[in-house]
Amino acid sequence: MTAPKTLYDKIWDAHVAHEAEDGTCLLYIDRHLVHEVTSPQAFEGLRMAGRKVHAPDKTIAVPDHNVPTTAGREDPAQMTEESRIQVAALDKNAKEFGVHYYPVSDVRQGIVHIVGPEQGWTLPGMTVVCGDSHTATHGAFGALAHGIGTSEVEHVLATQTLIQKKSKNMKVEITGKLKPGVTAKDITLAVIGETGTGGGTGYVIEYCGEAIRDLSMEGRMTVCNMAIEGGARAGLIAPDETTFEYVKGRPHAPKGGQFEQALEYWKTLFTDEGAHFDKVVTLKGEEIEPVVTWGTSPEDVLPISGVVPSPSDFEGGKVDAAARSIDYMGLTPGQKLTDIEIDTVFIGSCTNGRIEDLRAVADVVKGKKIKDGMRAMVVPGSGLVRAQAEEEGLADIFKEAGFEWRLAGCSMCLAMNPDQLSENERCASTSNRNFEGRQGYKGRTHLVSPAMAAAAALTGRLTDVRDLI
Amino acid sequence: MEKFEKLQGIAAPMPLVNIDTDMIIPKVFLKSIARTGFGKNLFDEMRYNRDGTEIEDFVLNKPQYRDTQILIAGDNFGCGSSREHAPWAIADFGIKCVVSTSFADIFFNNCFKNGILPIVLPQEQVDVLMADAEKGANARMTVDLEAQEITTSDGETIAFEVDAFKKHCLLEGLDDIGLTMEKKASIDAFEAKASAARPWV
Repeated sequence: MTAPKTLYDKIWDAHVAHEAEDGTCLLYIDRHLVHEVTSPQAFEGLRMAGRKVHAPDKTIAVPDHNVPTTAGREDPAQMTEESRIQVAALDKNAKEFGVHYYPVSDVRQGIVHIVGPEQGWTLPGMTVVCGDSHTATHGAFGALAHGIGTSEVEHVLATQTLIQKKSKNMKVEITGKLKPGVTAKDITLAVIGETGTGGGTGYVIEYCGEAIRDLSMEGRMTVCNMAIEGGARAGLIAPDETTFEYVKGRPHAPKGGQFEQALEYWKTLFTDEGAHFDKVVTLKGEEIEPVVTWGTSPEDVLPISGVVPSPSDFEGGKVDAAARSIDYMGLTPGQKLTDIEIDTVFIGSCTNGRIEDLRAVADVVKGKKIKDGMRAMVVPGSGLVRAQAEEEGLADIFKEAGFEWRLAGCSMCLAMNPDQLSENERCASTSNRNFEGRQGYKGRTHLVSPAMAAAAALTGRLTDVRDLI
Repeated sequence: MEKFEKLQGIAAPMPLVNIDTDMIIPKVFLKSIARTGFGKNLFDEMRYNRDGTEIEDFVLNKPQYRDTQILIAGDNFGCGSSREHAPWAIADFGIKCVVSTSFADIFFNNCFKNGILPIVLPQEQVDVLMADAEKGANARMTVDLEAQEITTSDGETIAFEVDAFKKHCLLEGLDDIGLTMEKKASIDAFEAKASAARPWV
């Protein structure tokens, strides 16, 4: 009888192609996702060394970071010269190296972490990497998925493997039921608030518990997406009927008898009774409130009922960091979070740009108008999410409420395309990072769930969405 | 890759915790398709005013730290994105070693691919090095990778741990891809076995 294994142990063991005496492994990669920002130097490296892509059929490329999200974006004048060069480089590299490709003109184009699952590229038990830290998203399928640097992108392109040492196992359990108005985004932020941004460093997290089981695939992707914000290499959720149902029938998912064969294997992907976790964190689902971030680190999380903290509430290096954050964010210690006025609302990103997120926003804003002078945009995560939202009538709800209804891309999650905050502009954002300058030079970001972002758009300040529903 | 052997140079103190990759190299500078030239924008928003003039009290702008080769940093350095532009910018500036109590995982790995040695030490030892770095240009530290030792300007030595394989690659300036290609037979064998067991992949 073999020792009980965690889900991570099982996926890891199934992908070790070579192990050296010191435990350094070559981990085989099943899916390699590629975007335009972190890949040009990798393809250039291959070209210079005369190397080919080892498994082009397992490599999927899509431009997302630089792509404008406004109508008429085929017009090259919408992009800066450098953005055009990066997107053109991906066009060229995808063609030259023969990898799967969704160009800007393709309706399936979108944020790489939304396109992969949507097209059935991401499946349970796989290893998935991308030159992007939010690759953690794919862990929602029970796939071992994490971000890599450009040198590693080149390494995977050339060899379909990564040089890795195994991480430790961490369990994050969310027990019980969530209260109404509390979502997957609140779970993942609350966890980071608990563990800190370095709390997951060196670990792969498995999220479990009733509140996680109750989530849809969209919600699970939101939770895993931000595993990296807690410092973890990856986040995982064991696949179940919700997962299998989502995967079935997707363009690149197995079909017929092969689906049945896959299903049999996928059902073995769970943590065995008695398996060892090096660290365990437990939160009670019913105690999680809608949360917002007040500072410039994703760990700066408070329930919406809270007040801006004082630097003296902290210890060690965090005292100076908190003082710097409060100053950067233009806040006053003791100020109620619900008194913070918002200029802009951004709904989208690989964290919250899926159909369920847009439905949550529509539920809050239906038949209402956003606050006068508010700049608010909804940016679907892919062309297919956009099409579905239009079909369901969500797009009309957004437009009638006063939101801009955009084309798919990373948009204002990171200031690499025309959607940016200006100096001191304050944004309630469904994205994943509130770092200084993340959404634009001196821009101020409060991370929230889609429902909370919708509430802020209506009232013009951070608002407890439960007061509106 | 350039070999990393013994480094003697100026160390700069950056005690702020959670220095993220957006601080190290803001995304507006990620648009190059080259690996070089990022050094001038290292720590851009902390280092320059909007009009491009230098912010005088930022550590790397001070005369005594302009030629910094070693960074003594606060906890959780390099958190955030996977952008290798962060270590590219650090290396391009001339910094070859970063010491902290902890690093974000992806950043830590990225450093080794670019000839940068990230060193993790307990808080008390980082405090000693931070105090030494505060002394300015006269405090030149020595980082000896072979011996796994840092020597402060006062001659105090602090031992550090480093993964044996990563150490070997840094010392020899080895290219990972070339090394992995030598194991092609193992990869091919794995692929054959895996595609029989999981044909849907």
